[in-house]
Amino acid sequence: MSILSMSKILFKSILHGPYTVLYPIRKKENYEHTRGRVDITVSDCIFCGLCQRRCPTGAIRVDKAGSTWSIERLQCIQCNYCGEVCPKKCLKMGNQYTSPSFGNVRDDYTNARVSDNTENH
Amino acid sequence: MGNRTVIPFGPQHPVLPEPIHLDLVLEDETVLEAVPRIGYIHRGLEKLVEKKDFQQYTYVAERICGICSFMHGMGYCMAIESIMDVKVPERAEFLRTIWAELSRMHSHLLWLGLLADAFGFESLFMHSWRLREQVLDIFEETTGGRIIFSVCEIGGVRKDVSPETLNKISGILLSMEKELKELAKVFLNDSSVKYRTRGIGVLSKQAAFDLGAVGPMAKASGINMDLRTQGYAAYSKLQFEPIVETDGDSYARTSVRLREIFQSIDLIKQAVSIIPEGEIRVKVTGNPNGEYFTRVEQPRGEVIYYVKANGSKFLDRFRVRTPTFANVPALLETLKGCALADIPILILTIDPCISCTER
Repeated sequence: MSILSMSKILFKSILHGPYTVLYPIRKKENYEHTRGRVDITVSDCIFCGLCQRRCPTGAIRVDKAGSTWSIERLQCIQCNYCGEVCPKKCLKMGNQYTSPSFGNVRDDYTNARVSDNTENH
Repeated sequence: MGNRTVIPFGPQHPVLPEPIHLDLVLEDETVLEAVPRIGYIHRGLEKLVEKKDFQQYTYVAERICGICSFMHGMGYCMAIESIMDVKVPERAEFLRTIWAELSRMHSHLLWLGLLADAFGFESLFMHSWRLREQVLDIFEETTGGRIIFSVCEIGGVRKDVSPETLNKISGILLSMEKELKELAKVFLNDSSVKYRTRGIGVLSKQAAFDLGAVGPMAKASGINMDLRTQGYAAYSKLQFEPIVETDGDSYARTSVRLREIFQSIDLIKQAVSIIPEGEIRVKVTGNPNGEYFTRVEQPRGEVIYYVKANGSKFLDRFRVRTPTFANVPALLETLKGCALADIPILILTIDPCISCTER
């Protein structure tokens, strides 16, 4: 009977159990390429400002004088354009997401080594 | 003659994923006329070409819509590539085709779920979306994003897909095809589903042509119009026939979309079997100068991109004619004379994407 056409699928799913993952007991593994959040190895950064100029949303600020690289986490759209243009390849896309937040998150990274050097002069 | 009543439908309605407003002029339970109003989620994305350079705009173009995101990015890139005379590597063309067809599958599966939800068949809705989830996982594994891929760029694609992953995709699609066949039986043969779709919202071939319907809406009314036959990307190297139904009702539109999913699976299999080795991107230098029209077949129908460049890195004008915009007159035609209870189904059968329409 055409009215019972769904029954085969339904019996199968009863035997199969839930298709969803029981978060937070079991967490979904992210893939290698998953675009989670931008990570920087600030010790390699030369503060050229290319990422700031290319960022489509203007989430990145680079302060060359203060040797500081900062990103507005909620403005970032995880497109990885900054990682592509970075000449030192110190920007890369990590596969873990930024944790949830209630306000704007601005992460600052300062290269201490460079500022030490300027103090020595 | 009964009393005439005007019922506002939307912009917030359980059946609508996105805001569109219709003023329905009713006589008893029958619709005499529907007056649409759009403009609730206009974001000014076309104007943004003046602020973002043409490379950055690739990311904006694919954010026009969350469902056909890849095809928006691809259409924009194709237009710029044509202006700049860039020859895209063949492997990149094939990868674009594979991702475009996967996008079509996920869009149609999403729509099937929404349709099942509209006529109150919750388990069918859940099962359609469960299958869609597998497509989204393929996207995440190959491109890094589930909805917004950011993988298409001017001159090719950003990420390559290894042969093992391509074989894995074929395997997933094979098992999906089996499950889809069972779901298709429910959509096409179940009497309660047929009762809600068969003979509802009939659009004749002539009316579809006159009103400029596109995509599955036109195909279900017997118009053989599929832009993939023009052979953009790698479609010229793949074998397929556009899917056409002649009834023009909601059932025919469901059938067209279901058969298009199977067609997409077939196209991906073909593409995986003949994908050539080689480069995936070419370096693009300089700025575009000139203008170009691109036409791409999206899940919802034909989309047109117009790009006008002036030799600087900012474009003069970017214009998108989206399929939903072309289908709204056809929707109003099908609404005339229908019952009030059928309106959610009829609005869904054009597969409205208001984000695209208003940009």
